[in-house]
Amino acid sequence: MALGLLQQGSSYGVLYLYVGIFMLLITGFVATTLVLARLLSPGRRSGTKGQIYETGETTVTDPWRPFPVRYYVFALLFLIFDVEAAFLYPWAVIYRDLGLYGFVEMVIFVVILTVGLVYAWKKGALKWV
Amino acid sequence: MQTVLNLLEAEPIRLLLSFALILFLVLNLAGILTFAERKVAAYIQLRYGPNRVGPRGFLQPAADVVKLFTKENVMPHRADMWIFLGAPIAMFLPAAAVWLVVPFAPRSVVADLNVGVVFFIALTSIGALGLIMAGYGSRSTFSLLGAMRGAAQMISYEVPLILSLLGVIMLSGSLSFQDVVNSQSGGFWHWYFLPQLPMFITFYIAGVAEARRVPFDLPEGESEIVGGFMVEYSGMTWGLIQASEFASMALVSAITATLFLGGWQPPFEFLDLGNFNWLWFAIKTALIIFTFQWIRWSLPRLRMDQLMDFGWKILVPVCLIWLFVTAGAMLLLPSVF
Repeated sequence: MALGLLQQGSSYGVLYLYVGIFMLLITGFVATTLVLARLLSPGRRSGTKGQIYETGETTVTDPWRPFPVRYYVFALLFLIFDVEAAFLYPWAVIYRDLGLYGFVEMVIFVVILTVGLVYAWKKGALKWV
Repeated sequence: MQTVLNLLEAEPIRLLLSFALILFLVLNLAGILTFAERKVAAYIQLRYGPNRVGPRGFLQPAADVVKLFTKENVMPHRADMWIFLGAPIAMFLPAAAVWLVVPFAPRSVVADLNVGVVFFIALTSIGALGLIMAGYGSRSTFSLLGAMRGAAQMISYEVPLILSLLGVIMLSGSLSFQDVVNSQSGGFWHWYFLPQLPMFITFYIAGVAEARRVPFDLPEGESEIVGGFMVEYSGMTWGLIQASEFASMALVSAITATLFLGGWQPPFEFLDLGNFNWLWFAIKTALIIFTFQWIRWSLPRLRMDQLMDFGWKILVPVCLIWLFVTAGAMLLLPSVF
């Protein structure tokens, strides 16, 4: 049954099956390598070795604590442009057939986003201190 | 002979064979590139580089693998084990899986997804995830610093990376890599790097940033945060991260060659090699990889604020402007494009 499914070759779903199987295979390969390295390499644990590296100093703080909110602003901007791309890609594929209508639509869409970018710029959100 | 070939093209065998070939290609690329990197560095700095293992040092990668396998994997005892060990997988996966959709020669592509470009972009973001996993899972100050820098850098340069592909998609009218290559046929003046020159340069720079190469190697920054997100890794876990870095550099080069430099298309039509056109693809990819290495040993590292400014205030506006230019030109001069 599975064999018959695979033999259709170029059909839509099968390609994704390909990609899925390959990803599982890669994951398995890397995991196997890690296990193999664990078996081949010496493993003498000690308290000093288990400490984190901070150029020879003893660690005093836990790095798992709040970090600057700046990153959040950039993540938000990224999200906006990423979603924009999700809309622009299908538009770009059929742009040749859309003609003037497609051009005007895109201009309106991108200008709104550009205004957002300019606003963030002027507000100083893009400034890295 | 024909029977054997037919057997090899029958489905389950073709699947397994192509998977094995891709994995072989990725691992060998990573190995050869570690050697090439050091040789190029050495010749740029008037040294010899590795020249002890094998003839002219060619067996150095093999010796490295043996060494890495027999080195102890030290893990900080405070680290989050599953995230720590999951990071090499999350970094290796995108560097290997995107090769599935890359066309090597006219008929040689493992899975010709009709959304290949989107697939490439989607998997590139997983690389950023792996970087954050490595830095956060180590629970070390330098690691976390490197990971936060890396996260900010990679999501910032993902925006120009995505936008710079719009022009190519508009011109070729398809998201499949095979279609993009086919639409660039007939000599190098048909390749997309000419009409899309600003987009090509933007994609190249964003690609260097996504591969975390100098001048965009702030997440590693060995002179300030001594290795950044991978400071706690050792032995084969470190080796896998390093391998995925080199593999992703080769991948970015291959994608650049495919989308902007015609993939396997020969520069002149009389140089068509038929099924051996993969040679053109290999030459183009190798040249781009060499420019990556050249840049690495010629330029200093950027500062964090320069990095963010360059991405958001120069590359993104350039992409948006050239998007308008391309759209307008296609509308006004439909006969040229």
